[in-house]
Amino acid sequence: MDAILLQILNGLDKGGAYALIALGLTLVFGTLGVVNFAHGAIFMLGAFCAVSINALLKLEQVVLDPTQTTAWGTPLEIRTPYIESWLGEWGTLLIQYSVPISILFAIPVMLLIGLVMERGLIQFFYKRPHADQILVTFGLAIILQEIIKEIFGANPIPQSAPPLVAGSVSITETIVYPYWRIVYLFFSLTLISGVFAFLRFTTFGMVVRAGMQDRETVGLLGINIERRFTIVFGVATVVAGLAGVMYTPILPPDYHMGMDFLVLSFVVVVVGGMGSLGGAVSAGFLLGILQSFASMNEVNSILPGIDQIIIYLVAVVILLVRPRGLMGRKGVMED
Amino acid sequence: MFGISKINDIMLLVAFAAIILAGPIILEPIGASYPDLLQKFAIFGIFAIGFNILFGLTGYLSFGHAAFLGVGSYAAVWSFKLLSMNAIPAIAIAVVLSGLFALAIGYVSLRRAGIYFSILTLAFAQMSYNLAYSVLTPITNGETGLRVLRTDPRYLDVMFGADVGAAQPTTNFFGIEMTGWPGFYFCGIVLIAAFAFSIVIFRSPFGMTLRAIKSNQNRMGYTGFNSRPYLMSAFIISGMYAGLAGSLLAVTDPLAGAERMQWTASGEVVLMTILGGAGTLLGPVLGAGIIKYFENIFSAFNESVLNSLFEFMPEDVRHVVVEVAGLFVGDGWHLTLGVLFMIVVIFLPGGLMEGAMRVLRIKHSPKVTNIGKSPQRDIVGEGAIEENLDDRVRTAPARSKPTG
Amino acid sequence: MSEFPHKPTRRTVLKTGVAGVAAGAATVAAPMFFMRNAWAQEFCNMPTGGSVTLGFNVPQTGAYADEGADELRAYQLAVKHLNGEGDGGMINTMKPTMLKGNGVLGKKVEFVTGDTQTKSDAARASAKRMIEKDGAIMITGGSSSGVAIAVQSLCQDTGVIFMAGLTHSNDTTGKDKRRYGFRHFFNAYMSGLALGPVLESAMGKDRRAYHLTADYTWGWTQEESIKNTTEGLGWETVEAVRTPLGAGDFSQYLTPVLNSGADVLILNHYGKDMVNSLTQAVQFGMRDKQVNGKQFEVVVPLYSRLMAQGAGENIKGILGTTNWHWSLQDDGSKAFVKSFGQEYGFPPSQAAQTCYTQTLLYANACETAGTFAPPAVIGALEGFEFDGMGNGQTLYRAADHQCFKKVLVVAGNENPTSQFDLLQVVEEVPREQVTYNPSIFGGELGSADAKAC
Repeated sequence: MDAILLQILNGLDKGGAYALIALGLTLVFGTLGVVNFAHGAIFMLGAFCAVSINALLKLEQVVLDPTQTTAWGTPLEIRTPYIESWLGEWGTLLIQYSVPISILFAIPVMLLIGLVMERGLIQFFYKRPHADQILVTFGLAIILQEIIKEIFGANPIPQSAPPLVAGSVSITETIVYPYWRIVYLFFSLTLISGVFAFLRFTTFGMVVRAGMQDRETVGLLGINIERRFTIVFGVATVVAGLAGVMYTPILPPDYHMGMDFLVLSFVVVVVGGMGSLGGAVSAGFLLGILQSFASMNEVNSILPGIDQIIIYLVAVVILLVRPRGLMGRKGVMED
Repeated sequence: MFGISKINDIMLLVAFAAIILAGPIILEPIGASYPDLLQKFAIFGIFAIGFNILFGLTGYLSFGHAAFLGVGSYAAVWSFKLLSMNAIPAIAIAVVLSGLFALAIGYVSLRRAGIYFSILTLAFAQMSYNLAYSVLTPITNGETGLRVLRTDPRYLDVMFGADVGAAQPTTNFFGIEMTGWPGFYFCGIVLIAAFAFSIVIFRSPFGMTLRAIKSNQNRMGYTGFNSRPYLMSAFIISGMYAGLAGSLLAVTDPLAGAERMQWTASGEVVLMTILGGAGTLLGPVLGAGIIKYFENIFSAFNESVLNSLFEFMPEDVRHVVVEVAGLFVGDGWHLTLGVLFMIVVIFLPGGLMEGAMRVLRIKHSPKVTNIGKSPQRDIVGEGAIEENLDDRVRTAPARSKPTG
Repeated sequence: MSEFPHKPTRRTVLKTGVAGVAAGAATVAAPMFFMRNAWAQEFCNMPTGGSVTLGFNVPQTGAYADEGADELRAYQLAVKHLNGEGDGGMINTMKPTMLKGNGVLGKKVEFVTGDTQTKSDAARASAKRMIEKDGAIMITGGSSSGVAIAVQSLCQDTGVIFMAGLTHSNDTTGKDKRRYGFRHFFNAYMSGLALGPVLESAMGKDRRAYHLTADYTWGWTQEESIKNTTEGLGWETVEAVRTPLGAGDFSQYLTPVLNSGADVLILNHYGKDMVNSLTQAVQFGMRDKQVNGKQFEVVVPLYSRLMAQGAGENIKGILGTTNWHWSLQDDGSKAFVKSFGQEYGFPPSQAAQTCYTQTLLYANACETAGTFAPPAVIGALEGFEFDGMGNGQTLYRAADHQCFKKVLVVAGNENPTSQFDLLQVVEEVPREQVTYNPSIFGGELGSADAKAC
C-alpha cells in the first residue's frame, strides 16, 4: 500500500513537471498556432538562469597564496566568493538560496527571451505550415543548446535546494519524501492554477480565449490580437523557464536537458489534445503516474521493459481511441 | 504527360549516375574522397530519397523513419550470421522485413494525419529504440551492437562450401569484398537504381495521386477517392528504402547498433531532405551529402588544422579568425548545422535546390513559400503545368488561414 | 505494384537501368589509380614520410563531451612530450622506456581528431576517416564501452592498433577482446574485486544490497561483478532493478528501495545517469537513514571526477573505485599532474591519465619493436611490464590485452580544499588482489597478421 502511495506521489511530482512544460507548449499552439520545438530549449534556458545566478553569486575573489603550491607547482589560489567577503553570513545565505532568488531573476529574463523570440522569429512563421515551424524551431533549439554548451560545458552543474527545504520529510512512518519535490509539486500546481486564473478571470485572458476560438472575428472587433498573442508567448516562455529553474535541484542541469524533455512534452501535449490546456495538464499527471507504476518491480517482472515504453504506448493507444487526444478540439492540426 | 519529357528524365539520370560514379574524383578537392564517407553519402542518399517519397510527395512528416533503417540493419546482420556473407540475401531480407515493419506501423499511424501522425511514428520508433537497447538485447546485442562473429553458423555458405576458416569473415558480393572502394561502387549503383525508381514514382500516376493527396486530401475524399491505400503504399515504399539503406550500412560495415533507431536519427533524415529541398528529386541526396560531410569533416577540424588553413593571414588576425572559426568546427559542428538549417528554413524553404535554381536561373521557378510545397524543380525534367496550378491553389485565401 | 498501370514507366526503369550500369562500368576503374600507396604498403598506413599520424577519436558532442575534451588535452600533451617539447612528463618516469623525445622511431608525431558522439556508428565512421583518409597508424580514445568495442573490432578488421580510452565493461577485454585492441583502464570485474574488502571493513558482512542498474551491457556486467563480490562477502541481494538509460528522474526507482529492507544501495550508473540517481537518492534521505539498525549506505562502483563534479555535495563519503587520481604521490603521477597542470591550469582526470599513458605505451612499443608494423608492436605490448606511469607496477597481460595494476578505492571528499579536490583515496588495492583468470570471460583475440588497407 505504501509502495502504491509513494508511486502516486512520484507520479504527481513527475506529472507536475510534465504538465508545466506541456502547458506552455499547448498555450503557444492554441493561441498562435505554432508548434514550438524550441520549447525544451526554453526549459533548459530557465534551468541555466538558475545556474547563472548561482555562478554570479559565487563569483570568486582569487587570492594567490605564495606559501602554498598546487600539485603542478603554481601558487595555490584561495577563492572566496565576493559576496561572502562583502556580506559575511548573509552572503552565504544568499548563495544557499540561489534557486528561489533565480525565480525572481528568471521571470523578466525569460519574458524578454520569449518576446524577442516571438518578434524576431516566430511571427514570420504564423502563415507557414506546421512542418516549417517544427523545423525552424528545431534549428533554433540546436543553436541555443550549442551556445549554452560553449559557455557552461557539457557536464551537469549541480544546484542545491535551500537548506530550509533540503533533505526529506517523513509523511508517515514509512513514507519519506524529499522536501524539494513536495515544494515542486505545490509550485507547479500554483503556477498551473495561476495561468488558468489569468486566462479565466482577466479581461486580457478573456480576449485571448476569444482569440483562440476565432481570431478573425476578434480582429474585426478592433482588438490587436497579435500583440496579445505575443504576450501569451512570453507567458509560456516564463512558465517553461520557471519549471526549469525549479527543476535544477532535482536534476543537475546540462545543455542537453531540453532535448531530453522535448519528445516527452510533445507526447504529453498530443495525448492531452493539441491546444487544450486542461488536456495538457491532465495528460501530464496521467503519464507521470502511469510511468511511475510501470516502473514498479511487480509490473516489470510481468512485462519486462514496460517502463521504457509506457509513455509511447499510452500515446499510441489514446491517439487511436480518441483521435484528438483527451480533450482536443476538432480540426486542429489534422491537415 | 504533364509536359514531362522522358528524354529529360533520362538525361537527368545519366548525369546523376556519372556524378555519383565519378564521386571519388570530384570530391577529392574538398577532402571527402575516401571510401567510408562516400559510402555514407550513397547510403544516406538512398535513405533520404525514400523519406522524400513519403514527405515530399504526400506531406506526411514521419518522425520515426530511423526505425526502418535499424530494422534493415539488424535483418542484414542476422542474414550474415545465419545465412551467408553475400550481400544479396541480406539486402533482400532487410527490404522485405522493413517493408513488413512499415506495413504494421503504417497501418496504425496512417489512421491519423498532421502532427498526430508524426507523434505516432515517433512513438513507435522510440519504443523500438528503447527495447532494442535493453530487453531485446538477445536479438540486437544492445549497446555493443550486433556483429558478425567467426563462429556464426552461416548455413548457406557452409552448404556451398564457402567456409572462411579461421579468418574473420567479410561481406561480399559474389566474391568481391564489400569494403573500401568496391563497397562504395556497390552502394553507388544501388543509389542510382533507387534514384531511377524515385523518378519513376514521381512521374507516375501514383506519384500524381500522392501529390493530390498532399494538396487537398479532403477534396480527394469528397470525390469518392480512397486515399489510404495510396498513402500506405508510399509509406511502405519509403520504409523499404530505409531498410535498403540500413542493410547497405550493414553490408559495408557489418555492425548494427540501436542508436540508429533513436529519434535524433529520424530527425537527421528530415534535416537532410529539407536542407536539400523536399519534393525535389536531387535535393535529398544533396542534403544527405552535406550533413554527412559536416559530421565527418567539420567535426575533425581542430586548432592546428585551422591554423594551417589560415596560414596566409598575419599572426594577430589569424588568431582571432581561428578563435571564431573554432566555434563552428570541431566540437562546435552542431552549431554550424543549426545555423545553416535555420537559414535554409527561413530564407530558402525550397532547400538548396531552390537556391541553386535561383542562382543559376536555369528555369523560371516561382518562389517557394513553404517546405515541402516545392513543386518539381530539377535541372532537367520539370512539371510546368502542375507547378503553376499549385501556385494558384496556394495563393487562394482559404489555404493561408492559420489553424487554431 | 498495381499503382503503376502504365507500361512506359516500366520501360523507363529498364532504360535508365541500362544507362546506369553503362555509366558505372565506364567510371568504375578510374579512381583506383588515385589510391595512395595502394600497392607499396606492407601494412595498413605504413608511415613513409618524416612523420607518423595518430588518430584521437573522442566524444566532442553529447553527454561525455567534457570528458572527451579532457582526453584530447591529454593526447595533445602526450604528442608534445613524444616530440620532445615541454617538460617530458611521464617519459622521464616511465621504466623501462625506449622513448627519447625525438618522435617515434625518429618520425615526428602528428595527430588527427574526430568526434565519436558516443555512438558506435559515428565512432566507427570517424575511425574509418582517420584510417582511410588521414593515414592514421593507431586509433585511440573513447568514453564508453559500446564505442570502444565497436571501434576495436573495426581496427582488428583493418589491421590498425586500437588503444582504448575510458571503457570499463568486462567485455572490452573479455568476450569481445581483439588482438589489435589494448586496454589500460580497469574493468567492472576489477572494481568488484577491489571494492569487496573495503566494503567488508566499512559495512560488515551482514548487509542487504539493492542494485539500480543502467539497462545496457555495461550496467549488466558491472551489476554481475559487484553482486559476485558482495554475495561472496555474505551480503544478500534484495533486488536488482534495471533503469532505462537517460531516465532523468529516478524517483520511481528510488522509493521502493526505502521500504525494501535493504541497507545498501548500489548505483550501477555512469555519467549523467549516475549524477542524477545519486543526487536524487541523497534527496530521498538515504544518507541519513537507519535500516536494520545500521547506517544506510550508497555505493557507486565506478567514479570519475567529472561525474563527482556534476553530483556536487552529494558524493561526500560515498565509496567507489577509480583508475587513477591526481592526488597520488608517486613520481609518475606527480610528473604528469605537473605538466598537465602547468599546461591547462587544472589537474587531469582519470580519463586523461589513461589516454596519455596509452599513447606513450604505444610509442614505446614501436620503439621497442623497431618498426611500426602492427604484429611486432603487438608483440612488444603483450606481456609488457612497466612502472612509473602513476599506477605502480603494471602488466599488459598477453592473454587478454588487459592492464593489471593497482585499483584505487575512493570516497567523496568530506572537506574539499579546492574545486578539484573531490575524491579522496581510501585504499590502493594491490595488483595481485584484482588479478583474475583470463579464461572466465571467454572470447578470442584473433590473428595479429598485418593487413594492407
